Amino acid sequence: MTPSRTAFAAILAKDLRSELRTLQSLPAMALFSVTTFVIFRFGLDRTSLSGSLAAGVLWATLLFAAVLGINRLFVAEREEGGFDAIRLAPIDRSVLFGAKVTALIVYLLALELVAVPIFALFFLQDAGGLGPLAGVLLLTDLGLAATGALISSMAVNSRARDLLVPLVLLPLVVPLMIAATGATEPLLALGGPSYHRFGTWLMVLGLYDLIFGLVGYAVFDFLLED
Amino acid sequence: MTERAEPAIAVAGLRRDYGDRPALDGVGFELAAGESLVVLGPNGAGKTTLLRVLATLLRPSAGEVRVLGGSLPDEAWKLRGRIGYLGHEPLLYRDLSGRENLRFQARLHGMERAAAEARIEELLRAVAMDRRADERVAELSAGMRQRLSICRCVLHRPELLLLDEPDSNLDVEGRELARELIGPGTGTRVVVTHDPERHLPEADQVLRLGIGEAAVVS
Repeated sequence: MTPSRTAFAAILAKDLRSELRTLQSLPAMALFSVTTFVIFRFGLDRTSLSGSLAAGVLWATLLFAAVLGINRLFVAEREEGGFDAIRLAPIDRSVLFGAKVTALIVYLLALELVAVPIFALFFLQDAGGLGPLAGVLLLTDLGLAATGALISSMAVNSRARDLLVPLVLLPLVVPLMIAATGATEPLLALGGPSYHRFGTWLMVLGLYDLIFGLVGYAVFDFLLED
Repeated sequence: MTERAEPAIAVAGLRRDYGDRPALDGVGFELAAGESLVVLGPNGAGKTTLLRVLATLLRPSAGEVRVLGGSLPDEAWKLRGRIGYLGHEPLLYRDLSGRENLRFQARLHGMERAAAEARIEELLRAVAMDRRADERVAELSAGMRQRLSICRCVLHRPELLLLDEPDSNLDVEGRELARELIGPGTGTRVVVTHDPERHLPEADQVLRLGIGEAAVVS
């Protein structure tokens, strides 16, 4: 058997190289988020947001932008025979799940590097909460990537892939989004960040990450069977 | 009394269904190590399905299938890395170059970096693709992709070659070059073909699959 670390690095490097070369996911995700912020700004007719409304606008936008990347996560494996090549290789198949989760986290972090400063520019009067927000983003990205990779691998064999991913994914990430907005709300409160129940929400996020990470690891091998 | 060596492939009563429709039914044959089996049959007879079952990419619906000492589907994990599969699709990523694709495959198969580079160069020269290996696969012709796919198929020195129409898209030069890597004398082979004139003379056994008919081994 090939060491899992070697196979993981090979698949991750291949995915990131392909994305850097073709830019099929990241620009679309970034453009979607910026456009959505513009729509919110004019739709809500507000020059500043705070608290739960700010958290809701941020997470709704990031979630729907993430769906664009999740839709395409396994397309190359499906359309260019990557699944077969990986199934023929002497590797633990859950390595593919781990590499895809990591690739998606990288995409989400890159998206947030663009989207969060623009969100702050459009809507925030006080950027003091952005530092601790990084921790919330990372924990939410982990859960979103684990769930997204799992759903994407199931939907990729369907012709209705673009419909299936949001239909199945969105209900599954409701708890994640509740925890993410719950943790974000006090950070973006009017008058500066507070940390009311911040730790509790972080623990909920961590628990979600753990559960969906383990579920993905446990079932991914079966999903690759014919 | 000498013990009879286990065949490289032993298939008995193999059936594979797609939903309610059987693609293969009652297929059986044995192939000794080092021998070549040529599979013939009209479109839809199940030739590709048979090859994918042997490659562990499809599960048999019924019957006994043993490949390289492993019983399928339960012991499919034993065969990973020991089979070279050349299918209809080249199994190459279009946005990577040929060389990058082969490096990726080499890493999946756990090959040492220096040994992999040497093997990749050797194979690229063997199929006359060394000058085009740094171009993206998407920019190459179908024949060039097939040459690269043959390199991918034999990169890890597999014990068993499963070849689905290996000559497809290849020109005369390509066919001759490919012969050195996947032709007779390169190990145990199962070759699906629509070109019996070319492949029958090199076959130790021939399996004829028909639609709705019993498979015939000769």
